[in-house]
Amino acid sequence: MSDKEPLFSAKNRKLLKNPLGSDNPITVQVLGICSALAVTAKLEPAVVMSLSVMAVLALANVIISLIRNTIPSRIRIIVQLVIVAALVIVVDQILKAFAYEVSKQLSVFVGLIITNCIIMGRLEAFALGNKPWPAFLDGIGNAAGYGWILIVIAFFRELLGSGTLYGFKVIPQAFYDMGYQNNGLMILPPMALITVGIIIWVQRSRNKSLIESN
Amino acid sequence: MNTQSNTYTFLYAAIMVVLVAAVLSFAALQLKPRQTRNIEIEKKQDILKAVNVASTPENAEELYTQYIVKAIIVNSEGTVTSEDKDKTFAVDLKIENSKKNVADRNLPIFVFSKEGIGEKMIIPVLGKGMWGPIWGFVSLESDGKTIYGATFGNKGETPGLGAEISKSEFQEPFTGKQIFDEAGKFTSLAMVKGGAAGGRPHEFDAVSGGTVTSKGLEAMLQDNLSSYEKFLKSSK
Repeated sequence: MSDKEPLFSAKNRKLLKNPLGSDNPITVQVLGICSALAVTAKLEPAVVMSLSVMAVLALANVIISLIRNTIPSRIRIIVQLVIVAALVIVVDQILKAFAYEVSKQLSVFVGLIITNCIIMGRLEAFALGNKPWPAFLDGIGNAAGYGWILIVIAFFRELLGSGTLYGFKVIPQAFYDMGYQNNGLMILPPMALITVGIIIWVQRSRNKSLIESN
Repeated sequence: MNTQSNTYTFLYAAIMVVLVAAVLSFAALQLKPRQTRNIEIEKKQDILKAVNVASTPENAEELYTQYIVKAIIVNSEGTVTSEDKDKTFAVDLKIENSKKNVADRNLPIFVFSKEGIGEKMIIPVLGKGMWGPIWGFVSLESDGKTIYGATFGNKGETPGLGAEISKSEFQEPFTGKQIFDEAGKFTSLAMVKGGAAGGRPHEFDAVSGGTVTSKGLEAMLQDNLSSYEKFLKSSK
């Protein structure tokens, strides 16, 4: 591979774009559902969670890809776990130092990034067999695919469940005076699952190639 | 090099672990001061909240210095052992509450004073909820027996059930409750189910579905406030 590939060749662009739609980690691969339920009751934690996952996934992908030829294959899962765990701890510490309020809300979920299936999945499936730059793009792409779903779910859950968006009131008081009520069900985790289901439904009815043949 | 050999695998694991440990300890050391500051600011905000003063992380320090005019440590006999504000602030309730002998415990009191409101005493409390620690600050009128305000925090109580103790709907009714009965005996507050609103000054309303947390809160108030009994009686 002596010929230089452009940074954003068609192949590399695909790495960024596919996870957003036709190869989305949540709606197509159905990975990372656990955290999608847990942090989407409000927009803010969902955004912070997406950014944290993006930082961890992109960095872990690059690091694993850089050392991919040195990793003894018998302990490769352990190596991946150690690196992911270390990155997650660093992210957690940084949040505690610079975004204390958010870190209190996310508390255990940041630690749970370690077990986010998307991260281990991408490391195993992509970073171990590719160069750092494509691995970086793959990390960003998948985290973005994960993130936008999280943010869409959080948007609807916060709007319908609390009548706010990013903490600001958006449903005017007049509505409440007329008898409108926030739907408390939206705050509960099962509604996140149903929202994911609706997103999957919409996506598959628009993109028939995603529908399994059986 | 043979990356499959046992020696290589062991060496690889050992070096990786040492490297990662070094990176993590460096990051932890660098960020520690900021984190401690965040925790201190949060504690100051909680103290102010117990006397119904709303604050933001930005102005908490300023308001704290302005309104908390005095902070003292007393012992269970009611004598003041320290008047150092910083020392009182640094008292760790976890350590104090684990001391078996109540007489050995350092009991912090923060004195709040504001024109038009008067002097209030703020007492920190710490106890066990269902899943983890619960804590709070209770402020008393200068008579030492009427609750002026209260705020409670929790680490991991069930959202919607036990965690309701951290909501203002739960905390506001504490205002006006009495921790001494008519005969002047220390009673703390008892938890009741089914509403303690209006005219029941010695009881608080349990959280529906959060019985274990509510009981923990009852025990927390009893355990922590009882050691202040002598001091509070003498301040009447």
